[in-house]
Amino acid sequence: MPNLRFTEKPLSEWMQKGGDYSDVVISSRVRIARNLVHQPFPIIASTEQAQQVRERLTAALQDEGVQAQGPFEPLVLDELDDVDKEVLMEKHLISPNLINDSRAGAVLLAENESVSIMINEEDHLRIQCLYPGFQLEEAWQRATAIDDAFERVVDYAFDDRRGYLTSCPTNLGTGLRASVMLHLPALAIMNQIGRILSAVSQVGLAVRGLYGEGSEALGNIFQISNQITLGLSEQEIIDNLHSVVMQIIEYEQHARSRLLDESRLRITDRIMRSYGILSYATMMDAKEAFQRISDVRLGVDLGLIDRASAGQMNELLIMTQPGFLQKTFGVKMGSGERDKYRAQMIRDTLSDVHVAD
Amino acid sequence: MICQECQQRPATLHFTKIVNGEKTEFHICEHCAREKGELIPGTSGGFSIHNLLSGLMDFDAGNKAKVAGTPAQQLQCPECGMTYVQFRKLGRFGCSSCYQTFDRQLDPMLKRVHGSTAHSGKLPARAGEQIKVRRQVNELRQQMQQRIAEEEFEQAAQLRDQIRELDKQISQES
Ligand SMILES: [Zn+2]
Ligand SMILES: [Zn+2]
Repeated sequence: MPNLRFTEKPLSEWMQKGGDYSDVVISSRVRIARNLVHQPFPIIASTEQAQQVRERLTAALQDEGVQAQGPFEPLVLDELDDVDKEVLMEKHLISPNLINDSRAGAVLLAENESVSIMINEEDHLRIQCLYPGFQLEEAWQRATAIDDAFERVVDYAFDDRRGYLTSCPTNLGTGLRASVMLHLPALAIMNQIGRILSAVSQVGLAVRGLYGEGSEALGNIFQISNQITLGLSEQEIIDNLHSVVMQIIEYEQHARSRLLDESRLRITDRIMRSYGILSYATMMDAKEAFQRISDVRLGVDLGLIDRASAGQMNELLIMTQPGFLQKTFGVKMGSGERDKYRAQMIRDTLSDVHVAD
Repeated sequence: MICQECQQRPATLHFTKIVNGEKTEFHICEHCAREKGELIPGTSGGFSIHNLLSGLMDFDAGNKAKVAGTPAQQLQCPECGMTYVQFRKLGRFGCSSCYQTFDRQLDPMLKRVHGSTAHSGKLPARAGEQIKVRRQVNELRQQMQQRIAEEEFEQAAQLRDQIRELDKQISQES
């Protein structure tokens, strides 16, 4: 039986600590894609070949250098039940692709969940570091150190001219995808989000709403990431993203102080209404939950509400998702029932009642 | 930049389509890209970034195939067996040797996707040592050719000795 503690809590305590600019930046993530030489990529590998890759990479955990970066606990996807897989996905520790399309998939998790290493996703190895707040440089340093440790014991597919070879050419070269998750409620309220985000997409960065279909951003949460992986050094990629995000943080902070100056009463009313609804509603769909949680989080960050914390709101973003609800309440639920349980989860969290035991 | 289809959402996909030598730029959001799949070369209805990529590769290859060499359609990776047609469908390579097999088709696509065709980032530490030496050898060779062209044979001979020394190092390590 695999160790399931990773699916029991929505956020590790470490994740609640915040990090730099945690009033705007929820988290910073760096992902490095690597492949083993002379092994077919997961997309065409046979089950036996995929198992060989998994064995090779989990065996690397015995190496001292790799251990020094961990310890990492391997979880084999086939040994997890569906709800646990969904929870790991909702916590951003594994990707939907690893759940749906992977043969002999596995994930190596660091105890505090800051590192998750996916095996047999689109590439053999995807090293991911997820840090709270704005800590891109820290996440990169950690990821590259783990990469170095693996490289001492396995042979990577690397080409002088093309760099690290990846299954999809969009990851070629550095194999590096860096992204920052931002909460931008004031820019959204003041209708400036479109203008700023379209500017961002013109400088080679991608923007997506993190939750919801297409680019509709539920809860005013946006993810900004680099698109270019070839021809720039890793440091250039990190620095570019860093400086663009820094500007967005300034815009958001400026919009927030304008909100306070120009419409304090109105914004306070909006935040308190949302808090009231979260505290007492008996049914709540995902879309409304995201919006209300976003409002209350803004209230916390503006110092307009002291009954809730930013960590609580981060936690609710994950706890109100389908997999986590099912895990917590231990029942299979349709969407109508889910709205009931979601409302209950929110009420209990805000009144600080422990629901899990 | 705003999506040119819906005029609402920010455009997150930017690409250029060339039909009969006429260039059209596209700036659309993911939502519209998914809905208007037929807009994008290489897809029919369903959209994915992989289809988009292979589409880019396809018309570049089409233009090139007329010039010389093996037609792209007949290429097949000797290591994993992936054919050009399969790559077009999947938008992903099957193994690291595919990068050599489809090398000629790759540059225009990489240029469009990344604005560049060559890696300038991290080198793997172990393999990287050899790569560094090989790069050094290439540089010295170029310098040597230049010296010879300038008839500075003494300096050319010194460079030749350095190259021999480094070559020895490479063959010992591998
Ligand atoms: Zn659109
Ligand atoms: Zn191949």
